[in-house]
Amino acid sequence: MIDFCGLKLVHRVINGSGTFDAIAAREVFGEQLAQRFPFSAFVSKTITLQPRPGNPAPRLWEAPAGLINSIGLPNKGLDGYIREDLPQLAQLPVPLITNVMGSTEQELCELVAACQAQPEIAAIELNVSCPNVKTGLDIGSDPQQLEQVTRAVRAHAAKPLIVKLTPNTADVAACAAAAQRGGADAVSLINTLRAMALAPGTDRPWLGGRTGGLSGPAIRVVALAQVAAVRAAVELPIVGMGGVQSAAHARDLLRAGADLVAVGTESFRDPTAAARIAAQLGQG
Amino acid sequence: MSFWQDGAAPPTPFGRRLLPVVANEQVGAYRLLWMLDRDGPPPRAGQFAMIAAAQGWGGGVDERPFLPRAFSIARRQEDGRCAFLIEDVGPGTARLCALQPGEELWVLGPLGCGFSRAPEGHKTILLGGGIGIAPLMILQDTIAVEEALERSVALLGFRGRAHAQGASLLRDPVLATDDGSVGHHGLVTDLLEQQLSDGYPAVVRACGPPAMLESVRAICQRDGVQAELALEAGMACGYGACYGCAVPRRDGGYLRVCVEGPVVDAAELEQVA
Repeated sequence: MIDFCGLKLVHRVINGSGTFDAIAAREVFGEQLAQRFPFSAFVSKTITLQPRPGNPAPRLWEAPAGLINSIGLPNKGLDGYIREDLPQLAQLPVPLITNVMGSTEQELCELVAACQAQPEIAAIELNVSCPNVKTGLDIGSDPQQLEQVTRAVRAHAAKPLIVKLTPNTADVAACAAAAQRGGADAVSLINTLRAMALAPGTDRPWLGGRTGGLSGPAIRVVALAQVAAVRAAVELPIVGMGGVQSAAHARDLLRAGADLVAVGTESFRDPTAAARIAAQLGQG
Repeated sequence: MSFWQDGAAPPTPFGRRLLPVVANEQVGAYRLLWMLDRDGPPPRAGQFAMIAAAQGWGGGVDERPFLPRAFSIARRQEDGRCAFLIEDVGPGTARLCALQPGEELWVLGPLGCGFSRAPEGHKTILLGGGIGIAPLMILQDTIAVEEALERSVALLGFRGRAHAQGASLLRDPVLATDDGSVGHHGLVTDLLEQQLSDGYPAVVRACGPPAMLESVRAICQRDGVQAELALEAGMACGYGACYGCAVPRRDGGYLRVCVEGPVVDAAELEQVA
C-alpha cells in the first residue's frame, strides 16, 4: 500500500482530472470497469458552482505527438454533481478525489466546504487554472494570489487538499512554494500548456474556444522539468503528469520527484493504459 | 449478422485489442479494410470502433497520426471478419489505407449507439453521402436478415464516378452524383423528396456530410418523418472520456457523439453543422 496524504492506494498511478469519465465508462464497459479499475484513486472532472455546457465545437485538434483540447469544463455544477454523480462515483473501488474550480476565492471556499461535507469524497483538488474575474490573471499563475486562495480554502477543508499547478506561469516552483505556504497537502502538475491551431488554410483559430490546452507525449519533457523544479522547492507530495505512456515515462517522473503519476491523454488511446503502466511499474 | 440498437447489448471489451488485418480491397476511391475479430461482440448496425495501426502510427505529416480514428463498422461476417470503409484524406486514413494482410490494428469497440428498427408497416429509406454509406452497409445487411429487404430503399449520393463505385457495396441503390456522371445529376436529397412524395409511411436512416444531414433533418422535420442520423465528429477516446465530440442539442447543452450517438434521432438536434 502507498500512503498519499493519508489515502491508502494500491499503486502509484491515478488519472488526470477530466481525462476519464468513470460513469460513462461504466455504461460502455459494464462490470469489467470496476473489476479492472485502472487507477488507484479516481480524480473527477472539474466541478464548478454553476453548471457549464462547455465550449462550442470543434473542441479537439491533433497536434504533433499530442492533442489540443478546448472542452470548457462541462459539468453539472456542484448540486448536480453531489446529487447525480457522487452516488455513482462512491461505488468505485478506489478513493475519490474531487476537482473543483472557482473564479473567486468565495466560490472556491463554497465548493471546498461542500466537498468537505461529503463523506464519499476522500480528497479535494483545486483547479487554479482559471482567470480571476477581477484581475483577469489565472489564479494559479500568480504566487501571491495562489497562496492567499489556498489559505482561504484550507480553512474549509480537513481533507487532503491538492493544488493543481498551471504550467502557464513564469515560475512554477514559486507557485508550488506559495501553495505550500498556503497550507496545501500536495501539488499536482502539469496541467495542459496553452496552445492554438489555425483552421487549415485560414487565419482563424480552429478551436471553438480559440485556444486550448496541449497534452500528450509532446509535453512529457516539460512535465519532467517542472516536476524536478517543484521537487527542489517544496517538501509536499507531488502528483506528476504529462505525456506518460509507459512505465518508463512514469518512472522518470517518480525519479524527478513525483510521489504519484497521473495518466491522461494515453487513456484516450486505451482506457486500460493506466493499469498496464501500474503493472509494469510494480514489476520494477 | 448484427443486432439492432433496441435489444440488450453485451458491453464493449474493456481495453483496446490487437487484431489482424485480413484484407484490403479497393472500391473506387475507397478502401474496404477487413480485420478479424473472432471474440468480440457482434456490432449493432451504426456502431463504430476506434482504430489505429499497430505499427507506423505517427511520424507522418506533422508527426501525425497520434490518436486512434473513429470508423463505422461497415460490415460483419459470421466468422468475425469486420470491414471499415476508408478514404485517404489525411495522415491517419493514409496509414489505414496502406495496411496489408498480416499487419495488425489496435481496436477499441464496438462503441456507441446504433440504429433502431423501423416501426411495423414502414419502409426504411437508407440515405448515404460519400463515405457515409459505411454504416448503411451493415444496416442493409441487418434489414436483409431480420426484415424484408423490399421494404427498404437505398439512396446514395457521391461527388463523381470514382466515388460512386462505392455504391457496389449496397444492394440495388439509387444513385445521385454532383457531376451527373452516374445516376441523378444533383443531390441525394432530391431522391429523398421523390421517395417521400408517395405518401407511404417511412423512416429515414442517414449518414453523410453535415450539409446533407442538415437537409435530411429539415425535410424530415417538415414532413413529420422519423429520422436517425449517424453523425461524425473528431473524437479522442470514443468512450465518453474526453468530451471532445460534443454537438449542440435542440433543448440546450451538448451531446457526446461517441456515447449518446453516433446515431441520434434527428429531432434531438436543432441543426447539423
